Amino acid sequence: MAELDLNNVDNMYFDVLREIGNIGAGNAATSLAQMLQTKVDMMVPRVALINFNEIGDTIGGDEQIMAGIYLLVQGDIQGSIMFLLQEESAHTLVSRLMGMPCEDKHSFNEMELSALKEIGNIITGAYLNSLSALTNLTITESIPDLKVDMAGAILSVPAIEFGMVGDKLLMIQTSFTDDTEINGFFILVPDLPSYGKLLRALGVMQ
Amino acid sequence: MANLIKVGMADLKICPPDRGITTLGLGSCVGVAIRDKDNKQGGLAHVMLPDSTIMRGSNSNIAKFADTGVMELVRQMEAAGAIRRRMVAKIAGGAKMFSFANSSDLMNVGDRNVAAVKKVLKQLNIPILAEDTGLTFGRTVEFFPATGDFVIKAVGKPVRTI
Repeated sequence: MAELDLNNVDNMYFDVLREIGNIGAGNAATSLAQMLQTKVDMMVPRVALINFNEIGDTIGGDEQIMAGIYLLVQGDIQGSIMFLLQEESAHTLVSRLMGMPCEDKHSFNEMELSALKEIGNIITGAYLNSLSALTNLTITESIPDLKVDMAGAILSVPAIEFGMVGDKLLMIQTSFTDDTEINGFFILVPDLPSYGKLLRALGVMQ
Repeated sequence: MANLIKVGMADLKICPPDRGITTLGLGSCVGVAIRDKDNKQGGLAHVMLPDSTIMRGSNSNIAKFADTGVMELVRQMEAAGAIRRRMVAKIAGGAKMFSFANSSDLMNVGDRNVAAVKKVLKQLNIPILAEDTGLTFGRTVEFFPATGDFVIKAVGKPVRTI
């Protein structure tokens, strides 16, 4: 079985991966909309090979404080999925979900962290379920872990996974926004053999 | 002080005595700051992975690994006039950003990075004067070769100079 060569990916692969991002994040946005009882818009996903030293710039700076909810993807494909929210968006989301005002804009209490984790769990679950249905692959997820920290530090984790096989991060990035002020995105990082499996399952790679 | 020289992820740069050098948002990666304590030439590497020899695939970027990255930084500093036996190092980073129940090698990459950096510095006979490594938070570092100050910033924590 041929592995996907990151130095030799063409536009068709990008199109298919973009579609994966579209369907997965679409499902996730729907579940988010249901939780919040509001309309959630999703941008066209961006699929890109990014140099490690440019990672921070793609999401608004290495030092931008973000909440990252990270889960390991298991089953037929291996890898990880991360759901990222800007700090302010995370506060807005949690306070709307829990129906109480945010006490401190610069830190999260235990209950808020727990709520964020659960939000991450539900919407990454929605993302992966649709991916599983689309490809007929069994895809499960670990329990989530959450970190509020600098974007560069959070993204170093998926970057390191890619560092083992190449010099670039292949990222399916989907942004979404609601009618208030919630901005966030997903990064799906299958490991290299899993990209091949996904593409084969969708019939675009032999 | 002029603008700080910026080092990206999996990147390294040298720094003249009258400048400062920085790398942002170190997570499990390790920032290795080295200076010649006499002529004040300095440099900073931001390494992602411990070992270049066990990796498959393309390894064109030697700054990515602790072993090759630190060697290359020292080589570039020597080319700029620094002397190996006068070099001293300070290191930061190597955090465990996320943890899972069945913790794999991947999740402990921070610890492994720190160990690999220490090993290569020892091979090169460069002493480590100070470190701020491990734990579970990201760090931004600034290094000033003139004084050797290594400034560490983390979210929600006071700024530390080691």
